[in-house]
Amino acid sequence: MKPKHQRLTLVGLAVAAVLGASGLALSALQGEAAFFYAPSDVAKAAPPVDRAVRLGGMVAPGSIQRQPDGVTIAFTVTDGAAQVPVRFSGIAPDLFKENSGVVAEGRFRPDGSFVADNLLAKHDERYMPPEVAGKMHKSETLEP
Amino acid sequence: MIAEAGLAALWLAAALALLQLVAAALGLRMTRTETAGAGGAELIGAVRPVAVVQGLLTAFALGALVLVFVRTDLSVLLVAQNSHSAKPMLYKVAAAWGNHEGSMLLWVTVLGLAGAAIALLEKRLDPRTLVATLGGQAAIALGFFAFLLIASNPFARLDPAPAEGMGLNPLLQDPGLAFHPPTLYFGYVGLSVAFSFAIGALVTRDVGPQFARAMRPWVLGAWIFLTLGITAGSYWAYYELGWGGWWFWDPVENASLMPWLAATALLHSVTVLATRDGLRAWTVMLAVVAFSMSMVGTFLVRSGILTSVHAFAVDPSRGSFILALLVLYIGGALTLFGLRIGTVRQGATFEPISREAGLVLNNLLLSVILGIVLIGTLYPLVAQALDVQLSVGPPFFNKTVGPIALLLVVALAAGPLLRWRRDDARALGRRMLVPAVVTAVALVAVLLLAPGTGVLSLLGLALSAGLAVASVAPLWGRNLRRTPLFTWGMVISHLGVAVSLAGMASESAFTREVLVAAGVGETQQVGPYRVTLEGVRPVIGPNWTAIEGRMRVERGSQRSWIAPQQRYFAAPPTETSEAAITSALDGQLYVVLGQASEGGRRQLRLWWKPLVTLIWLGGALIAIGGLLSLVGRLWRERRPGRRARDAEVLA
Repeated sequence: MKPKHQRLTLVGLAVAAVLGASGLALSALQGEAAFFYAPSDVAKAAPPVDRAVRLGGMVAPGSIQRQPDGVTIAFTVTDGAAQVPVRFSGIAPDLFKENSGVVAEGRFRPDGSFVADNLLAKHDERYMPPEVAGKMHKSETLEP
Repeated sequence: MIAEAGLAALWLAAALALLQLVAAALGLRMTRTETAGAGGAELIGAVRPVAVVQGLLTAFALGALVLVFVRTDLSVLLVAQNSHSAKPMLYKVAAAWGNHEGSMLLWVTVLGLAGAAIALLEKRLDPRTLVATLGGQAAIALGFFAFLLIASNPFARLDPAPAEGMGLNPLLQDPGLAFHPPTLYFGYVGLSVAFSFAIGALVTRDVGPQFARAMRPWVLGAWIFLTLGITAGSYWAYYELGWGGWWFWDPVENASLMPWLAATALLHSVTVLATRDGLRAWTVMLAVVAFSMSMVGTFLVRSGILTSVHAFAVDPSRGSFILALLVLYIGGALTLFGLRIGTVRQGATFEPISREAGLVLNNLLLSVILGIVLIGTLYPLVAQALDVQLSVGPPFFNKTVGPIALLLVVALAAGPLLRWRRDDARALGRRMLVPAVVTAVALVAVLLLAPGTGVLSLLGLALSAGLAVASVAPLWGRNLRRTPLFTWGMVISHLGVAVSLAGMASESAFTREVLVAAGVGETQQVGPYRVTLEGVRPVIGPNWTAIEGRMRVERGSQRSWIAPQQRYFAAPPTETSEAAITSALDGQLYVVLGQASEGGRRQLRLWWKPLVTLIWLGGALIAIGGLLSLVGRLWRERRPGRRARDAEVLA
């Protein structure tokens, strides 16, 4: 193979690899990206059922209820404008408590409630997830 | 006084970085023509000592910061915000880099020390390229000095000084913090050396085997640190977060994985350049990409624009500063690459079936994985710009990276069995026969013994067995005592990949989990273990109190006790859970104590994770292999007789 041809082949391969990676990534993103919902989004339009999504907001005060099985909790996520009931089985993170920010990973059920597989509360108690901060700010300004 | 001295050292170091850049640029320009005056040579001669002094000054500044933390000097804002007088000494020291300003100072210090190390140790590189390299290193340092001094001064004073500090995030109060960030930063910033080498070589148009041989040990060194840092970080997150997972595809993790992927590709392509004088442009490109990924990673972690489970010190207002640096350096390097790469001669060619081709395949697959991880990590940012909030997590990465990584494993098994320059497909087939049979046997065995195993885990287990055999095959029939150390290094690193892969596949396929609210005296069965909650009691630590679950662990006739805790820290007020992990040769029992529930019961989460330790053992093997390789290369370079013989062999 002539040097020039080899260089062209290699460049071609590299371009193909980049395009292939981008194509694969973007097509997989269509199906796998977990959209983020705030309670007021859910109130506006019905969320997709049974697709991995995230729900974020503040844990409503007085809403955490322990279920009889001892490992399941039910609570309400709010962003000031709307509320969504959430159920979670597992050990809640250390910083999960009422009146603080939480991001729940899981799925919506047909009745509009949310089943969380995982709860994220931040390491830092002063922290609020950026998505939650953004959405709360919006809902405060739009619907005072 | 100490804080002021540290700040002064930083300013001085910044001034020296400027001097280093200007001296290198002017010196190279003035000595380019034959009729150069003496001034140019003097400027060039100044570059090395300046680089050394600059490195020492940054180290002095970091030392000053550590000292004010050790003394808990609360009149320094950073200490007041991140430390506490009642904290154990190790964490006082570690708190110096457990925050934004301190970690950026550590970054700059490693950068300065890397420049000093080049100036002191690098003997093989062409002198002009070396000067250009140090100029490049100074250019990077300048930007980060500016960032540190203008936007995040670690030595800012607080007046009046508070009576007590706010304390360090309890999750960071772990020996891991003392070692993990420095290790990772040595890796991240060590790649700046490869970047500067690439800049230097582009400036002097000197891309060839000599350049590659000079660059290789630096890349290896940075890569070893990165490997260790990622492995240790994964284990740290595993036991500290208490979620039972070892990799979350979190932006901060991806930020360390991306430079590693690029550095791994670079490590292999630089070998092609050093041994066969091929892949010149590609290697230079990868060197630029590798450090660019380090900077992208720093940007993602420092700016806090992505939600992460690990981000511990973020300040969004500084994101734009790092973004500007990022655009400046990556854009500048790519422009230089575009302008100069046409003048780099084409290197040696090779056949489609050859070691070189195998390494090209390795590079392509690594680049594809890098591209996917990059897109997946940045996609939420792009979506955010379009006012859509989303996150990209394990389902995406496992689905896309998983299959390609398995392809890479196949390439990895075959690559070292190929000959340089030209090989025969049927000969390769014969050499691959045993690994292929082992893979098939393992595949059937898993299918029979554990039907219902997921496809990725199944292939992972089978391929890890095949790869384990293939990776030691290069030693087959050789005199082991005469085998060069770097060949051992390659074998051990590749074996480490097999070991790690086996651990990942086993963990994802065979983990057993139990989630209960257990009363005192109740027994749970998880995997081969029987775990009995004997009681719950309060305990007191140096700066925390805790609820501790005392549990009896039985396996056959063996019996031991574990005590997972829920800790409460007063400063800042936080709870953490300390998982209890029991290790056996065939896996780990992982127990987390949760909240109290009704009737005096306690939430417990127990996992049996077969062979999970192989994940980190494999990571350690990969790093050890790298270290052997590095020592072997340096040792051989020191013996000129050997080198002459090598040259003959190549000719």
